Parts: sequence; C-alpha cells; structure tokens
Amino acid sequence: MKLLTHNMLSSNFVKGVTKGFPLKIMASKIEEKEVDFNPEFISRMIAKLDWPALYTAAGDIKKAEGLPETITENYESNEDFLKIAHNLLLQVEIIEGDLICPETGRKFPITNGIPNMLLHEDEVTGDK
Amino acid sequence: MTESGHLPTPDISHLSSSDYLKIYEPAEDSFLLIDALEKDVNFLNQLRPTVCLEVGCGSGLCLTFLAQILQTKALFIATDINPSAVDICQKTAQQNNISIQPILTDLVSCLGDRLEHQVDVLLFNPPYVVTSSSEVGSHGIEASWAGGVKGREVTDRLLPYIDKVLSKTGVFYLVIVKENLPDEIKDILGRDKFHCDVIITRKSGPEHLSILRFQRRHSDCNS
Ligand SMILES: C[S@@+](CC[C@H](N)C(=O)[O-])C[C@H]1O[C@@H](n2cnc3c(N)ncnc32)[C@H](O)[C@@H]1O
Repeated sequence: MKLLTHNMLSSNFVKGVTKGFPLKIMASKIEEKEVDFNPEFISRMIAKLDWPALYTAAGDIKKAEGLPETITENYESNEDFLKIAHNLLLQVEIIEGDLICPETGRKFPITNGIPNMLLHEDEVTGDK
Repeated sequence: MTESGHLPTPDISHLSSSDYLKIYEPAEDSFLLIDALEKDVNFLNQLRPTVCLEVGCGSGLCLTFLAQILQTKALFIATDINPSAVDICQKTAQQNNISIQPILTDLVSCLGDRLEHQVDVLLFNPPYVVTSSSEVGSHGIEASWAGGVKGREVTDRLLPYIDKVLSKTGVFYLVIVKENLPDEIKDILGRDKFHCDVIITRKSGPEHLSILRFQRRHSDCNS
C-alpha cells in the first residue's frame, strides 16, 4: 500500500465513527520500489491530497524527515519538493502492518501490500 | 493496434483454471466493458483522468486495460470484496507493468469520503444475475454473479455514491443485463442529473448485455 492510497482511506464506515481519518499506520515491513518520476502527475495528485494526513502518515513510518509540514507554495515548479513527494507517495510501499482507526482503535491488517478494510459479520449494522 | 484493428488486451497468461475457482473468469461481460472503453478511447483521453476506480475488479483485467489505453498517468484504485480477487488483480497489474492500488473492501465504503468529487472514471461490472436475495453477500466466487432481486441488489447499493464520488466531468461505466431494468437505474441516478448513453449492446447466449455510461448533465457538483 502506497501512502497515496492511505491518504484516500477512512474508517468512517465503522459503526459510531464520524471521521475515521487519517488512519494510523503501524508497519512491520516497508519496501521502496523505483517508480519513474513524473512531475506533472505528482503535481496533479498533490492537489487532491490531504497534506496534514500525509505528514502524519510519514511520521508513523519514520519517513517525515525533510518533509515540510505544510505544502510548499508554487510546488509545481519546485523539483526538490516534488521529488520528496514522489518518493513518499509512490515509491514507499507498506507490505505488512496494520491501519488503525483513530476513533475506535479497530485494526485493519495490511497483508502482502493490500489493506483489508472489510468488517466482520458481527460489526455490520446494515445501515451503512 | 493489432492487425484486427483492436487495441491489445492485457496479458492474463499468469492466470490458470485454479484461480478461476476463486475469482470471476473474464467473460463476455468483461470483454464488452473493454470494448466500450476502447470505443471511448479518445473521449477518455480528452478527459485527462487523474483518479480511476474499478469497483469489483475481479481479475483486474478491465482496469488494467484502461490504464494501458490512457496516455497520461493516473491513479488506479481497485476494490473487491473477495480477498483472492484483490490479490490476483495486483498480479495482473504487475504482469502488465501497470500500477494498480487494490483494496479489500465493500464497494467504496472506505473511500467515499476522501474521494468526494474526485473520481474521473468509475467502472463497475457488478454481480448482475437475478438470484434469490439469500445468495447475495458472500465474499467468495458467488459474489461474482449473485445479484439478488432484479440482479440489482449490489448495484443499487453503489448508486447512491455515484453523485458523491464522480468529479465534474467524471464518467461511470456500468455493465447491465436487460433484467436489471436500466430505466429504473436511470431514474435512481436522476435523469435531470445524469445523462446516460448506451455504449454497446451484445447478446451472449441468454444474456442481453449493455454497457451504460453516465455523465453529469451540468458540471455543478459543488466541488
Ligand atoms: C461480474 S464480476 C466482474 C469482475 C471483473 N471486473 C470483470 O469484469 O471481469 C463482479 C465482481 O464484483 C465483486 N463484488 C461483488 N460484490 C461486491 C461488493 N459488495 N464490493 C466489492 N466488490 C464486489 C465480485 O467479487 C466480483 O469480482
């Protein structure tokens, strides 16, 4: 699971959870895979991100070093910034670990790089 | 283009009959969706999609095809309720040198909030076969086809999300059979809100399949 994907996930489908975002990451296995740098795509993606959530997520996996806490102005033309974002969003892969609901502590396992966001039968209320 | 004039379809030679005991084997409906995307290739490229999402990805064939025909880079997210499907979807993407982000989830339940008005292309080839309601809701191979009443029980649960997740120019491709009563689907999505085109229709054995494409009439989704 890439941090880009993590930025899109919330646990507010769990009964009683209002926001469920961002999910806390507890990673036991992380890999970095080389991905072609495409500044135009990264810029389009950054516009859709929740940056504070990315910053928190990077901290969860001890990769916040060098990452600005807020989005840099005119980032589209700031190659250094785009490269940091590219690495964090697209190259870092969480292979094993858990995503944790910030409100209930419910754990969602990541196995073989894929987050399991399914609820158990006894957790399904039927109205969500 | 290949000699037949078609864009090449993804390589699925890594899949074998033992995989198809666990997940949906690409069939006439999957290929009809691919044909619809191929027919729309210029239209889709003009949209310059940033976020593409396939619900119920199964083998991942359709989303991989979409990724292959788009000229600009995009984020491809695939969901399925079947654990084997998301695993295999990931392999299909790798086999074709495409990057897809698979998520094991019910429809779009863990994505709905953050993807509000963000999805540029949404694909859904649902379990559309008319069955009894009790057959709906498994996480195994039965979830590939069992559609319950009118074959619409799963589709109808996704429809309320369409207005929420589609971007201003976003498009929603939906596979249906005649028994799904497409006129009702158009009513549910709102005829004044969404324009519907039938991209392709094909008869395959007893199934009368169509690919519907929905797009906002007005690009005022308040995003
Ligand atoms: C007809 S198959 C289509 C598979 C693939 N997209 C294709 O075209 O070959 C329907 C798929 O939807 C999945 N599915 C069924 N119910 C679902 C749900 N509630 N949430 C997510 N996926 C679901 C099934 O597991 C299956 O993979």
